Amino acid sequence: MTVDIDKTTGPADTPPAGPEAIKAIPVRHYGRYVSAVIAIAVFASIVYAFSQGKINWGAIPDYFFNDRILGGVGKTLMLTVLAMLIGVFGGILLAVMRLSKNPVTSSIAWFYIWFFRGTPVLVQLIVWFNLGLVFEYINLGPIYKDYWSSFMTPLLTALLGLGLNEAAYMAEICRAGLLAVDEGQTEASHALGMSHSKTLRRIVIPQAMRVIVPPTGNEVINMLKTTSLVSVIQYSELLRVAQDIGQTSGAPAEMLFLAAAWYLILTSIFSVGQYYIERYYARGSSRTLAPTPFQKIKANVLSLAGRRQ
Amino acid sequence: MNTEKVEDKPSGSTAVSMVKSEGVHKSFGPVEVLKGIDLEVKSGEVFCLIGPSGSGKSTFLRCINHLEKINAGRLYVDGELVGYRQKGDKLYELKDSEVALKRRDIGMVFQRFNLFPHMTALENVMEAPIQVKGVSKAQARERAGQLLERVGLADKAGNYPSQLSGGQQQRVAIARALAMDPKLMLFDEPTSALDPELVGDVLDVMRDLAESGMTMVVVTHEMGFAREVGDSLVFMDGGVVVESGNPRDVLTNPQHERTQSFLSKVL
Ligand SMILES: Nc1ncnc2c1ncn2[C@@H]1O[C@H](COP(=O)(O)OP(=O)(O)OP(=O)(O)O)[C@@H](O)[C@H]1O
Ligand SMILES: [Mg+2]
Repeated sequence: MTVDIDKTTGPADTPPAGPEAIKAIPVRHYGRYVSAVIAIAVFASIVYAFSQGKINWGAIPDYFFNDRILGGVGKTLMLTVLAMLIGVFGGILLAVMRLSKNPVTSSIAWFYIWFFRGTPVLVQLIVWFNLGLVFEYINLGPIYKDYWSSFMTPLLTALLGLGLNEAAYMAEICRAGLLAVDEGQTEASHALGMSHSKTLRRIVIPQAMRVIVPPTGNEVINMLKTTSLVSVIQYSELLRVAQDIGQTSGAPAEMLFLAAAWYLILTSIFSVGQYYIERYYARGSSRTLAPTPFQKIKANVLSLAGRRQ
Repeated sequence: MNTEKVEDKPSGSTAVSMVKSEGVHKSFGPVEVLKGIDLEVKSGEVFCLIGPSGSGKSTFLRCINHLEKINAGRLYVDGELVGYRQKGDKLYELKDSEVALKRRDIGMVFQRFNLFPHMTALENVMEAPIQVKGVSKAQARERAGQLLERVGLADKAGNYPSQLSGGQQQRVAIARALAMDPKLMLFDEPTSALDPELVGDVLDVMRDLAESGMTMVVVTHEMGFAREVGDSLVFMDGGVVVESGNPRDVLTNPQHERTQSFLSKVL
């Protein structure tokens, strides 16, 4: 392969070359080809089976951008975002409470987490909706007074049910994040005269975010799917709308596939967002940031082009 | 020389003493770490604290800015009791906000730097003046730039701590402490986490600071620095002060047997 060596007749006029680059034949991974073929075959047969089934696939594109479906998608998104906001802020609050030296606040947080993690969300949702059995009125003195049933709209129920439950899970994630920050950081901040709350807000929480964000991304995706439970309290989010349309249009299964496709699209979008948020909070944690997928693709294309020439 | 610190102090016997420790005791659970420390740091002096590992040097330093609570004795900084208020013969614990107020005036430099890793060097130095003193961003930025220049790091302002060497990080940490215009600086083995060739830069910055008249309490294993820059030196062992005096005298002619054996090991 290396003809260069024979060519070097005049050692005086050749530039001093470094060690020769290695050009070895890479190991062939035959197993990979075989498994890829099997996987494609299995996938193809599944697709075939579905295409032969008694499903009217044409109904899906017809309704994909239906106004009611889009409205449901919007409501699902809104529920996810708002419930997660309640969850994240509640979770940070609960985590700080649990780590507090005050035994009263830390036990309250412990009890909250114990209760909300220990009961199913679906049950919590239904209970919130039916709390009118306990409180007939909601009475905030001169500010507000109404029947429970008209105060507890499906939206409010959904937000409270999903958000408060999420806060309990987020609390544990946030607690792990806060504990992961070196104690020297708190100490340095206190030594500069910063108060407890400023130390938390400016020094500890931003560093804890690096640990908190990845599992939170997971929680967002979970939440997006969990919002479908809200269909039981008649809130017209994506699944509810899809089921309603399915009933009236005579294509119930098709509409479920449609909903599944929308959920898949939404979770994919969130995953991309998560990637960039993680990058943001990783700043300062390593000497150089890992390249984004786009940068990677660009680099790969360039290096391929380089090898081809 | 910078003597503005002496101005607004109550006149009296404590006027020249920046730190005064009278019989300070500190225990962690059943373990007594400080067993009655008596010493005095005068305003404007460089006070070195040496001693074997575990003798309580760091603990004492941390007591001075109330990162640790003392169990007995009295500790004064600039004539005021640390962590408490005395009314008649009763002591009242200070609130967190009052303790924080006093810590503004005491800079601290740690063995492991403890820079804020999510902020650049410049932001590290700007943070406390903005958050604690309410200085405007523009002003803080200008001052931080000057301080970084003073420690020889003007060109590293935009670097994150992970992009700085240990010696550079420690100098940023010194600039960060100076940004609060402290009247007292505490150094806890500022060079012992550094590679030997980086120690010099940090010591140079500290020497500069000493020349500007800053009161400094320095826990160190750098006997050369103590001898050249130190005004007083204390040798601690087992939670007590064993020997104290002028650094040159103590280091070259230690009186106490424990001091002699410690110095023979480190020199
Ligand atoms: N938070 C704590 N809880 C329990 N024990 C502690 C704590 N901090 C320090 N100690 C103990 O107190 C003793 C003195 O510690 P200190 O850190 O003050 O020593 P030092 O003189 O600074 O030593 P070194 O030179 O190794 O830094 C040690 O035995 C240590 O184990
Ligand atoms: Mg120590």
